[in-house]
Formats: sequence, structure tokens, C-alpha cells
Amino acid sequence: MAKKELQVSAIENGTVIDHIPSKCVFDVMNILEVKKLDNAVTIGYNLSSEKLGRKAVIKIWDKFLENEEINKISLIAPMAKINIIKDYDVVEKKTVEVPQAVEGIVKCMNPKCITNHENIKTKFTVVGKDPIVLKCLYCDKLTDQENMEMI
Amino acid sequence: MNTGSIVSIEDLSKEQIMEILEIAREFEKNPNQRLLEGKVAASLFFEPSTRTRLSFETAINRLGGRIVGFTDASTSSVTKGETLKDTIKMVDNYADLIVMRHPLEGAARYASEVAKVPVLNAGDGANQHPSQTMLDLYSIYKTQGTLENLSICMIGDLKYGRTVHSLVQAMSHFHPTFHFISPESLSMPESYKIFLKKLNIPFYEHKDLDSIINEADILYMTRVQKERFADPLEYEKVKNVYILKKSMLEGTKDNMRILHPLPRVNEISIDVDDSPKAYYFEQAKNGVYAREAMICRALGLK
Repeated sequence: MAKKELQVSAIENGTVIDHIPSKCVFDVMNILEVKKLDNAVTIGYNLSSEKLGRKAVIKIWDKFLENEEINKISLIAPMAKINIIKDYDVVEKKTVEVPQAVEGIVKCMNPKCITNHENIKTKFTVVGKDPIVLKCLYCDKLTDQENMEMI
Repeated sequence: MNTGSIVSIEDLSKEQIMEILEIAREFEKNPNQRLLEGKVAASLFFEPSTRTRLSFETAINRLGGRIVGFTDASTSSVTKGETLKDTIKMVDNYADLIVMRHPLEGAARYASEVAKVPVLNAGDGANQHPSQTMLDLYSIYKTQGTLENLSICMIGDLKYGRTVHSLVQAMSHFHPTFHFISPESLSMPESYKIFLKKLNIPFYEHKDLDSIINEADILYMTRVQKERFADPLEYEKVKNVYILKKSMLEGTKDNMRILHPLPRVNEISIDVDDSPKAYYFEQAKNGVYAREAMICRALGLK
């Protein structure tokens, strides 16, 4: 079967993060600190997807994600697929995995939590994985996926 | 971080809870023991709470300690915009122990991370209030002679009442049976029911007290607050369902005791006060012994 034309052109070496729900792509870019990168980055936004309807793709030249970065992505886009590209070929596929603990990425949804009033690094334990539910180490309140806000 | 802090009742194992209760029992026999001689305790009340503060400060005084602190954030440097971290860092240099009340949830946990001296949580918003729970446990232990296999009835606002939540968590170590009696809109939150189910602890929900009062070892009454109801009519409908009257005590077990974290409004009729089963005023007195015990444990003195 002939290869379909790519909506975002291929990269030679680096990482492709695919199947990101469109609305999450800016959060994913924040997590990866794309702003600070010198690497070439191409982003596809609102691409058509059979699974998601609209999806986003991020392709980063010459960058290979740390496990911690992948874990962070899992919080906002658990269905994302990560492909490692070498010489235009996919050499490794990674699925994202939800970590046991989450520090400093997510805001506690409890407005009366001390972390929302002082400059404190948030800390959560993951008490539910599908959907993701986080328990704040400070106020003990739960933050669910629907209300999850990135810092 | 320090190890003596008590931020949440969940931080304490069954053994640690029993240890503190045994120390409290010693203090009840002899409340004046000058174990804090030469020590300074900071009493930081970022919001007023007269009852809790007086109880803690009485405990510190009976132990021979000295107190520094404030009773209200408006008289502290918080009004100048100082962060909690900076306040705690400063006090940490002065005192051997910090007792802290704060309106924000998680404040006590954070303070215990910042401070080198132990922090005792005297209430952080709607979150935790472990010294209240310890005095409740001590009251149950003292009146029943055990914490094991008791039938505990909780009545009133079970949704927002942090004292009932902490007591449910603490009693879960001791094979209780719970009966929850509340208006539907103020029923026990799902998360606590899941917690009990996981531990296979039996609990039953009832609409009124009459059906179950004769089985109870402990009646734990709480205040149904008018401001919790969006519809004032709804409050008028339910407010009288959860009032305990003296006539209702006929047929209850001899060992049954009535507890209430206080302040009470009208949920316990005044005529109940004379009953030997009314225990809420002694319960408050037990708070001093429980707090003396918690302070000593925090400082490794007992």
C-alpha cells in the first residue's frame, strides 16, 4: 500500500509525539519547554484523526525524551504515542505511563489549599490511573483529570 | 523536616494512637508535670479559635512551659504580607515546639516541612484537626474502657464536619460499626464510604435517630449549620429531625455516652445535660490531657 502523504513533514532524527488531543498540545509544549529549545520543532494542530477527531502532533529534531518528561505527558495526554526516529525510520515506540507521584506540574484544584496561596511546589500521589486522580499531599483533596490544570 | 510533628490523624498508627491515649491517662491522674520547664512553645493562631487555643495553652502551662505567639493573624506580621514560610522560619529559631491554627488547608503539613521543631496542627481549614480527634478517642476510650468493637452513631452534618471524618479514619483501626444519620444533602462523603468498604468496616445510613439509638455505644452529635443549606426551607425541614431530647434516651444502653465537639446550638436539648449519659463537657476537659500527651510525644518527652 502506498504511504499516505504526511500532514506534517517527516524528521530525520528525533522524537514524534502523536495522538495528542488538540486542546492539550499547548500544555504538552509547556511540559517539554519547547520555548527554551534550540532544536527545530514542527507542530501540527487540528489534524484529522480517526481516533480523536482532531489531534495534534509535535515533532522535535534531535531530541529524545527523558522518562520523566514522558510521565508528565501522560498526565494530560495519556493516549499519546511517542516514536523515536532515526534516519527517517521509527526505531522505537513508547507508550506513556502514569507515574506514582507528581511534583510541581499540576495545580491543586482546591482553592483553599496552601499551595494556591504561597509559592510551594505542589506534590501529589496518583490514586487513580484511568481516569487520572491525584491526591494533594498538603490538603488531601483530590484533583481529577477533568479539573487538572498545569502550572 | 522533623519527625515529632502531628499534622493529620492518618500520620499515626494504631500503636501510636494507643501510646498517646495511655500518656493522656497518666496526665489525667496528675495534670501538673513540669516536663516543659525551660522550654518555649509557639502558639500561632492565624485565625481565632478560643476553645482550641485555651486548651493547648492550658496544656502547655500545666507542663510548665512558656508560650509565645499570637491569637489572630491581624496582630501578626501576616498583615504586612509575610509568607507563612517566613513566619515559620522565624518562629522556628525561637521556640521548641509550634502549635498552629491556619485557615488554609495543608498549611500545617507545609509548616512541618519548613520547621525543624515539631509542629502540632491545631486545625488547618476544613482539613485536619488531630488534637480534636485524640480527645474524642480518649473520651471514647475512657467511657467505654476500650476502643474495640464499638457501635458509633454519628449525627448531623457529616459532609462538612471534619471532626467526624477524622474520627472515622481513627476508629477504623478498632473494628467499629458505624451508623450515619444526616439529611441527604449533608451525608457522609463518598470518599469515606469507599475507605470503609475497602477495610470491610460495616456502616449503615439512616434517616432518623430513633431506629438506631438503642444500639449505640457512642452518639457523636454535630451541629447542622444553617449556612450549609442553599434553600432555607430545606433547613427548616430537617433541623428538628436531628435534635436529641431527654425522652429519646430511654431504652439506650447503660454504657452509651453522648459526645459533641462543641459549640452546640440546639441539637442537644438542655434537659439532656443532666443525664449521666451526657459527656460533652467532660469531653472538652479531656482535651487538655490529650494535648499534654501529644505535646510530650512530639518532643519525645514520654
